[in-house]
Amino acid sequence: MTTPAEFILLMAGVLAILVVASIIGAILHNKLNRDGKNATITNLNSRIVAWWWMVALLALAVLAGRTGVLILFAILSFAALREFLTLTEKRRADHWALAAAFFVILPFQYVLIGIDWYGLYSIFIPVYAFLFLPILSALRSDTESFLNRVAETQWGLMICVFSASHVPALLTLDIPGYEGKSILLIAFLVFTVQFSDVMQYVWGKLLGRRRILPALSPSKTWEGFLGGTLTASLAGAGLWWLTPFTPIQAFLMALVITLLGFLGGIVMSAIKRDKGVKDWGHLIAGHGGFIDRLDSVVFSAPIFFHLTRYFWSTV
Amino acid sequence: MLKSLVAQLLGGGIAMFARAITASRAIWDGIEPVQAQRIYFANHTSNGDFVLIWTVLPPSLRARTRPVAASDYWLTTPIRAFIGTDVFNAVLIDRNPETRKLDPVTQMVEALDEGASLIIFPEGTRNTSREPLLPFKHGLFFLASKRPETDLVPVWIENLNNVMPKGEIIPIPLICTVRFGSPIHLAAGEPKGAFLDRAGKALLALSGDGERRP
Repeated sequence: MTTPAEFILLMAGVLAILVVASIIGAILHNKLNRDGKNATITNLNSRIVAWWWMVALLALAVLAGRTGVLILFAILSFAALREFLTLTEKRRADHWALAAAFFVILPFQYVLIGIDWYGLYSIFIPVYAFLFLPILSALRSDTESFLNRVAETQWGLMICVFSASHVPALLTLDIPGYEGKSILLIAFLVFTVQFSDVMQYVWGKLLGRRRILPALSPSKTWEGFLGGTLTASLAGAGLWWLTPFTPIQAFLMALVITLLGFLGGIVMSAIKRDKGVKDWGHLIAGHGGFIDRLDSVVFSAPIFFHLTRYFWSTV
Repeated sequence: MLKSLVAQLLGGGIAMFARAITASRAIWDGIEPVQAQRIYFANHTSNGDFVLIWTVLPPSLRARTRPVAASDYWLTTPIRAFIGTDVFNAVLIDRNPETRKLDPVTQMVEALDEGASLIIFPEGTRNTSREPLLPFKHGLFFLASKRPETDLVPVWIENLNNVMPKGEIIPIPLICTVRFGSPIHLAAGEPKGAFLDRAGKALLALSGDGERRP
């Protein structure tokens, strides 16, 4: 698979955005944060630095082709599942079920996508893992909080492996007139969703007044939500040339995935509240954990995949 | 020469593996990771405990820090013996008062006098109970009476008991946190029971309730 020219163009745009963001970050730092006491600006700058790394990694994976993208998302799934299952309820009796989740189910799901076996990868975790993992736990005869334990483990697999794997699954779609370009669907999805997150942050910081769900997420405001999803949907429409969609279709697709991304962020915040943590992890400076960055992507990826597959793909 | 090179490589490899599996993180909560002689005392739930503490220490401190471990475990096979003595440079003590030739506290004091820092698990054995902490053995008190000026640093290891429960072979990759707290010292004339109680409370105070989890 060669990298389509459109991807290079998109990357040039992303680089321009990052350069501008870095300059703004540096100016803010010099004007308002000389002493390093402004936590918002310090956090903004660590976020921007982390973005450089994330973009570089994604670009490298795409240049390495289909295998590169599969490996990258398998690693992301691993890191996300580790964060998720660190917080879930588990006991010694779940040891084999947890080992199977990490070392059998996760790699197998990505292998299935690699060999393009749609009939199995679309049901493997919701059916087979769903039925077999509780069996592994039950065989050890520990019934305390049994339903909580198996349900939380399955939820982790659905979010961190099943949903996340639908990003590289986009590579398996056959769309007439779009041969060899399906990598651009990933670029469209990831860019739109992440741009929406960034713009929600920017609009929220600039204008945010009215909180949407104060008890759940103090940082989410109506101004941030509307500004962010609309800006990103318009940007998505402007990227129609990456996709098999017309500009209006691209706008609607972008709207669907940014809305799902926003709602996914809310669901994942509810889980963090429930478990009493602020961030999912600590490995991405300024952002928190991998799930903090991926939450919106995992909620939009399966729906984006199935909409595109149903309306545009031949299989 | 070759043996020490292999030991060094293996040590680095084990630390890297522990890091890759547990994304381990040190939180210095009341003390800084600087060169100073210390006795780290930690909760004990897994054979990986001292590996994890050793892994999150900066390499310069790591080289001078020796775990105190049970010879009845570490000397049973040649591979364990190599890892225990050559890789981790453990102070191996015999837990059985009937058979032992050397007094464990004397062995630890000797290691301290040679300039080493120590990692000890005052519970004496891996905790498989539902209690967060077992009652401490008396060794910590005798050690503190022999060297009262040395910092006793409480270290709480979170989640490793889920990564590698007693008797399991495959580690589950979960995030582990190692929290280092403010050091304590034996007060002049402090009775054994009161001191061990205070040490246990200092350690438990670092344990995760909700917001303190990783």
